[in-house]
Amino acid sequence: MAIRLQDTPFSPGAELERFIAANPDAGGIGSFIGKVRRSNSQGKVLSLTLEHYPAMTEHMLREIETQACHRWPLQSCLIIHRFGRLHPGEPIVLVATAATHRDAALTACTFLIDWLKTKAPFWKQEQILNWQTGDIGSGWVDARAEDEAAAARWE
Amino acid sequence: MKIMYFSWIREKIGKAQENLQPPNSIATAEELMDWLAHLGPAYSEIFGISTRSVVRVAVNLHLVDITHAFAPDDEIAFFPPVTGG
Repeated sequence: MAIRLQDTPFSPGAELERFIAANPDAGGIGSFIGKVRRSNSQGKVLSLTLEHYPAMTEHMLREIETQACHRWPLQSCLIIHRFGRLHPGEPIVLVATAATHRDAALTACTFLIDWLKTKAPFWKQEQILNWQTGDIGSGWVDARAEDEAAAARWE
Repeated sequence: MKIMYFSWIREKIGKAQENLQPPNSIATAEELMDWLAHLGPAYSEIFGISTRSVVRVAVNLHLVDITHAFAPDDEIAFFPPVTGG
């Protein structure tokens, strides 16, 4: 089980290769990559700033991983999450799981990202170029009801 | 008591954290929000009865219900619903 919180970019490809090599006995590897979106309903995303509550984020991600390993027969899992300033297209989060068979790997991976999105204390603020007005402004991203619903199905 | 604020709650109040001394009678997160609402206009905008439903509370790194009773040394944080991932 590994958790990495960092304010520097990471390469999901390189991290996954490393994860796969570190789990040679796993027949199934599951993964999810979340990236900075390029636009929202108001305009073009120029940058994304991720604020977080350091001590609680570490603690919650550890709890989420412990839950996953308790519910499914996982050999290993990995969560890498950025904070700080990111640009469109940049990876925000990588979740990876290793198990003997695909069901545990894929299901646990979905569980990890669903819970992370409602329990890990990060807040996104987007810098937007408004399509209609041409103005540049900042706005905090709202939490989505769909994310709460997705997390609730695992209760 | 150390109170931390995040996201737009932090922006509205104008600080990331502060040390406050609420009266000893204040025992729950809900009572603390009632008290905070009286500290100023920014506080009442956030912690007022009609607006506080969007505020989440964490005590010692765990999300808690507003009825949660805290101890004087607890680390308390207020923030909007999280948006990581």
